[in-house]
Amino acid sequence: MGIGMAWLVLDRLGLTENGVCIINDVSLKVGAGRTAILGPNGAGKSTLLRLMHGLLRPSAGAQHWPAPLTQGMVFQRPVMLRTTALANVEYGLKLRGIKTPERRQRAMAALERVGLPAIAERPARRLSGGEQQRVALARAWALEPQVLFLDEPTASLDPASSREVERIIREIAASGTRIVMTTHNLGQARRIAEEVLFIDSGRVVEQSPVEEFFTRPRHVAAQRFLEEETP
Amino acid sequence: MGEITTSLVLAGELVATGDARLASIVTLSLQVSLTATLLACLIGMPLGALLAVGRFPGRHTLIVLFNGLMGLPPVVVGLLVYLLLSRAGPLGQFGLLFTPAAMIIAQTILIVPIVAALARQVIEDAWREYREQLRSLGASRLRAAMTLLWDGRFSLTTAGLAGFGRAIAEVGAVMIVGGNIDGVTRVMTTTIALETSKGDLPLALALGLILIAVVLAVNTAAFMLRQWAEKRWG
Repeated sequence: MGIGMAWLVLDRLGLTENGVCIINDVSLKVGAGRTAILGPNGAGKSTLLRLMHGLLRPSAGAQHWPAPLTQGMVFQRPVMLRTTALANVEYGLKLRGIKTPERRQRAMAALERVGLPAIAERPARRLSGGEQQRVALARAWALEPQVLFLDEPTASLDPASSREVERIIREIAASGTRIVMTTHNLGQARRIAEEVLFIDSGRVVEQSPVEEFFTRPRHVAAQRFLEEETP
Repeated sequence: MGEITTSLVLAGELVATGDARLASIVTLSLQVSLTATLLACLIGMPLGALLAVGRFPGRHTLIVLFNGLMGLPPVVVGLLVYLLLSRAGPLGQFGLLFTPAAMIIAQTILIVPIVAALARQVIEDAWREYREQLRSLGASRLRAAMTLLWDGRFSLTTAGLAGFGRAIAEVGAVMIVGGNIDGVTRVMTTTIALETSKGDLPLALALGLILIAVVLAVNTAAFMLRQWAEKRWG
């Protein structure tokens, strides 16, 4: 099951909070370079992503990284510190102990890659939502993570900003970073992902190559989901 | 009515002519309370941040304790510091009792809980918003606390101000540990208390007006700083 050599293995992973089961007995191997997690609202997409990234601790099972990989994450709502866009990008590098001349250079390069060198000195919180998300992508990218998790990265953006964010995600993937993202935008999943994880009520019920998932979904919940979500 | 008007006119004259006695009292008040506020911020803000972000046994007890200590009665703080600094007390050898230093110590103790409790609230709210992002970037809790203190700097001015407001307006603590000695430890509030009981209303009123003006001015400055910061940094 799954595309490529597994770089992340989930073994009977579960998360129960206050008696409510959010992730239920998930076992799978992620090996694809670009994975989309799809599923209805409240199915547990974001929770699964947070478990993978280690922001949440599973209450059952475990995850294994066959080889340790550096990780980053971009959230649905970018969190910007009250400083300039450039300083926001530099912050992650600072935490890694990278010193000023190199730090500034790498942060600036990352801002250039997301198409925002001109706003480097602007206060980050005064930027538009789309620009803030691109700064967040630059902040994650500057650290050159081997895996980047993205939680609904375009959910609160207008179409033009979404396209730009998608372009950046594809570029990050092209630079060799593995991508795992949740999205409710099926077109986006189709454009970006190689493989789809479909989650329903806390269980991953289907793992398929993207074309196969969209043309011949196997699980009945996935079929219903695609029927409802496709215009 | 007539007496109040006369007193107000005399008070206005004292302020307008820059009366030396008045000026020295106001200056000492500001010196003592601003120093106490600075010290309380240096102690209370990191403390508040650690209470907000940290995870250690007794954290909830400490939070409740600091919230409760916000209402610490100044006279009780004065009494405790008096016992500490008096000749027979554990810190008696330094001879600090009835000096401005003793007043600074007392006011600092009085307002550290206020600054810490308010800072904790500000930082805890920010932590809720920033937590996942900071952890994802690899920030330790200590590092996160420092980041949040810097990021919340404009909101935290409110905590500092609340402390300053309390310090400059209190009379119980400075009266006990300072002794209200003319020219040495006499501040605005102790003078108001003394002059009122002596019947010298103009000086008391003049000081009262200045006290209100100082508090208003400081709060206006802080309000404008926050407005500017909101506009500049979002």
